[in-house]
Amino acid sequence: MKTVSLDGAVVPFAEGQTVMECALAANISIPHLCFLPGFLPHGSCRLCTVKIDGRLASACTQPAMAGQHVEIDTEELRQVRLSLLRMLFVEGNHYCPACEKSGSCRLQKAAYDEGMLDLHYRPWYPKRKMDASHPDVLIDRDRCIFCELCVKASRDVDGKNIFGISGRGIDTHLVVNSKSGLLADTDISAQDRAVEVCPVGAILVKGRGFEIPIGKRLYD
Amino acid sequence: MGSNPLQLLIAIQKAFNHVPDDAICRVASALGLPISRILGDVEFYSFLSREPLGTYSVLMSDSITDWMLGSRELFLRLCGNLGVSPGVTRCDGLATVGKTSCTGMCDQGPALLVNGIAVANLTDERIDAISRLMEKQIPPVAWPDEYFRVESNIRRRGWLFQDWQGPILEGEVLLQEMTDAGLRGRGGAGFPTAKKWASCRDAPGSERYVVCNADEGEPGTFKDRVLLQHCAGRLFEGMALCARTVGAKRGFLYVRGEYRYLEAHLEAQLAARRDADFEIELHWGAGAYICGEESALLESIEGKRGIPRVRPPFPVTFGLHGMPTVVDNVETFCAAAAIAAGGGSEFRSLGTAGSCGTKLLSVSGDCARPGIYEYSFGVSVSQILEDCGAGNVLAVQVGGAAGSCLDASEFGRKICFEDLPTSGSVMVFDRTRDMREAALNFSRFFAHESCGFCTPCRVGTGILAQAMERISEGRGTEEDITEIGDLGGILKASHCGLGQSANRAVRDMLRKFPEHFEGGVN
Repeated sequence: MKTVSLDGAVVPFAEGQTVMECALAANISIPHLCFLPGFLPHGSCRLCTVKIDGRLASACTQPAMAGQHVEIDTEELRQVRLSLLRMLFVEGNHYCPACEKSGSCRLQKAAYDEGMLDLHYRPWYPKRKMDASHPDVLIDRDRCIFCELCVKASRDVDGKNIFGISGRGIDTHLVVNSKSGLLADTDISAQDRAVEVCPVGAILVKGRGFEIPIGKRLYD
Repeated sequence: MGSNPLQLLIAIQKAFNHVPDDAICRVASALGLPISRILGDVEFYSFLSREPLGTYSVLMSDSITDWMLGSRELFLRLCGNLGVSPGVTRCDGLATVGKTSCTGMCDQGPALLVNGIAVANLTDERIDAISRLMEKQIPPVAWPDEYFRVESNIRRRGWLFQDWQGPILEGEVLLQEMTDAGLRGRGGAGFPTAKKWASCRDAPGSERYVVCNADEGEPGTFKDRVLLQHCAGRLFEGMALCARTVGAKRGFLYVRGEYRYLEAHLEAQLAARRDADFEIELHWGAGAYICGEESALLESIEGKRGIPRVRPPFPVTFGLHGMPTVVDNVETFCAAAAIAAGGGSEFRSLGTAGSCGTKLLSVSGDCARPGIYEYSFGVSVSQILEDCGAGNVLAVQVGGAAGSCLDASEFGRKICFEDLPTSGSVMVFDRTRDMREAALNFSRFFAHESCGFCTPCRVGTGILAQAMERISEGRGTEEDITEIGDLGGILKASHCGLGQSANRAVRDMLRKFPEHFEGGVN
């Protein structure tokens, strides 16, 4: 059986598995955001950055190869992850106390897990267009982290292909596949996987207001 | 153009000075693609715009070498002449004046693009004359020819420019000859070319493609411009040889949009080819440096935003439309054709042990004779400086914005894969220059050209540029200086080489010329 070394632990893997997949199978945690089992790996958030034989790589996209030496929990990588989280926080508007997703947000959880206590960088306060046109679903683009999980879920699971990513660089933004560009002109429903899969508070179901009490939320 | 979304959108932009929302929907429906995909293209490529631009759309080349030749002053002069604000279309719709990344005219800058066509050698007089022509609504085709003249400035010719006329080698014999000659990719990464071709040939696939990367966007590089002008025949021959070797029927020449002025020339050269078995199509870029990255380039040919792919798989097994594809640089295909025509043994005899043959260097900046220099690999920086007539040199930037900044103590270093690997950009800074300007220019460049896919590059290049803006305006802090250094470790986690190398030059400059930055820090 072929094996890789994950922080010293010798872990077997099957042909075609990524470093992330073989770590998950061995119950070894690698922090991640844009990766979700069941979806094609994306590799955009870079939170799962590990060091493979001396080179930084995203664990979710890197194929496992026999004899690989993978470092995960090192001071250098903790610093990289902390910086990446801070970057995600400052490029968007993530005001946790006022966000419906608080307590169930994967970005917030990752920040807690990594011990992020400040933003460090100056916040950018973006003003991206909000889409409140649909009766049941809302898009707050200032919270989007461009993981494209909604794009894939809507296209591949819901069969609706409602979302896409547009723009370039820091102007990258989530767009909606309708002539008007508005969610109201799509057949999205609050039950869609694309809505549920959003790791942050960028796509929210309307008509709810902090209905899960603190202490009972997903990551409490 | 056919049914390629990007080429259609470029044509629409040209016809209407923008891509109207209605056109986005129509293109999507005509091609059976999602609206978001077409919108994504329009909002990704710099030369496409959703807002109407003026009848005259002017983009001033914003490379550091343009700055050194006074482009920023000329830009303000042009805006003043026309009464426009940067990037804002004049209310009568006459003109829009903006900036764009390096247009590849560094040896004859400052330069601009007017409706996509290059005008070089700008002076106050030329800017004033152009302003008058625009006010009189005289179309660029009726402007004096000399405005559009682009010099080749070939200063030093070597092996590549020789007229190799031997019997043409093909297939396995050619691969062996290329291996023996030691040909490695000329784009900078240096992958053995024969190995790449053989891998593509041996990979499973119902079709194969040959793609030439002529999207040279690295600031300070213009060798492809000159090769396309002078050696297009040799280039197409190299692509055809590759096609016969790997078994490809179709090829693409991806040319950066900034070289649109070469269109008629290239089309004529293509029309002159007689090869029914291998068809080459021109594919125009539309203002995106990232498309020089080979997998982003393939995405772009497929009509998508130029986002680099997850690799592996590499293009040789999973390239254009998922088929085995060879992507090589213009200079590499030209060299392969020359080796096939008998140049192999001489190629082998030139250069260093690990870097055979010659390399075209694009030399610009503070020197008497900017232009194209062909050297055997292993040439020292000081030799280049002597030949191009550079005196009183403070620094040399090798490899463009993504490359390394050398100070005088390093001018003995050599251009080769073992020491200074480069696609060929050499920019010279003399002792009158403030390296803070170069650092600002490069950091802005990366923030503008980041594709936005991954966190460290999308955000990190922005943080870097903001820190440099503050330092340039004299309101930087020690923290900014520390931050620029620290960002390197995080940028290394980027998805592709753009982000990974985005702070290299700035970091070099801070370390080697700290006195240039002191004035910017309080």
